[in-house]
Amino acid sequence: MSTEAAPARSASAAPQVALRRVALVPAFNEERNIGRVLDELRAFDPGLDVVVVSDGSTDRTASVAEARGAHVIRLPFNLGIGGAVQTAFRFAWEEGYELAVRVDGDGQHDPSQLGAVIAPVVAGEADIVVGSRFAGEGGYRSSAARRVGIRILAWVVSLIARQRLTDTTSGFQALNRRAIGLYAVDLPHDYPEVEGLVMAIRHRVRLAEVPVTMREREHGRSSIGALASVYYMTKILLALFVGLFRRRVTPLEDET
Amino acid sequence: MTPLAISIAATIASLLLLLVVFELIRSRRLRERYALLWLVTGLVLLVLSIWRDGLNTFARWLGVTSYPPAVLFAIGLLFVILVLLHYSTVISRLVDQNVVLAQRLALLESKVREREPPSPGP
Repeated sequence: MSTEAAPARSASAAPQVALRRVALVPAFNEERNIGRVLDELRAFDPGLDVVVVSDGSTDRTASVAEARGAHVIRLPFNLGIGGAVQTAFRFAWEEGYELAVRVDGDGQHDPSQLGAVIAPVVAGEADIVVGSRFAGEGGYRSSAARRVGIRILAWVVSLIARQRLTDTTSGFQALNRRAIGLYAVDLPHDYPEVEGLVMAIRHRVRLAEVPVTMREREHGRSSIGALASVYYMTKILLALFVGLFRRRVTPLEDET
Repeated sequence: MTPLAISIAATIASLLLLLVVFELIRSRRLRERYALLWLVTGLVLLVLSIWRDGLNTFARWLGVTSYPPAVLFAIGLLFVILVLLHYSTVISRLVDQNVVLAQRLALLESKVREREPPSPGP
């Protein structure tokens, strides 16, 4: 049994890469940004299926995405980024996708840079590739507090991973089927990127980073404010600490 | 002054609380989000139990001169009220979400039933 038995959801035949691939796009009230993101995803690779998870959006996010041909999953209420993304991973797993990319619905991830993010996964060199804002020279402007937080987390996770990671809060990622199976089962809820990486490390998932540049949000505000950052930092550090002592979950695996 | 026995007992109790909370998080029976208040409670009680001068000074500020450990109980009680209040908001949110889930499920079910032919089989 291979993935060929899965129903062919993709309309267009895959061009260069023969993998069944999907873009997972979590979006919460992003009606002004989501359209452009989806257009750019199509421009990058027409054979890339797109799943938008509208995380309890109260605006037209879901209908805008549907009008552009995306498969839309509407969550009945806001689950938070972790719950939304995990829904997408579940879908990707059940539909038999072999390659998934995560692109945020707010437009800060530039789909034209996906080629670099996907490459190590396609080459079989890594299970998860993270697009890092700090691996290259590309500048990233943000509040000082937030940058310090990002740095601290990167340092802590690098220690745990015994591998230099520069941007553990980046949601711009590419994952192979093994990693999809892991995150479909368990993805930390509140701040999934950091904890998810640590979890992946403990499962001996191979990580890689590639430099990317991210864009400023065009419309609307980020979901994380200044005061919330402190709260999040405390919570993440606690979670990371406790996570080290946790039993590992059993990831989903294909029957052979 | 605070009797030594009380300080020791209170220290052990706060350590136990912290240990239990940690174990609950580790075994995934308690989420970090809901554990934070408990951890703060445990830490504050632990600090005031060990740091006897601190407790005495703090009690004097509050006008408690006869029996400083009473302040420990008061603080413990305050945190318990905070945790309870927090849980009330959490339960309220869960109830709201539960209603939405039930409604969505019922609507979905009615749609599925309409599409299904009355006879069995595909």
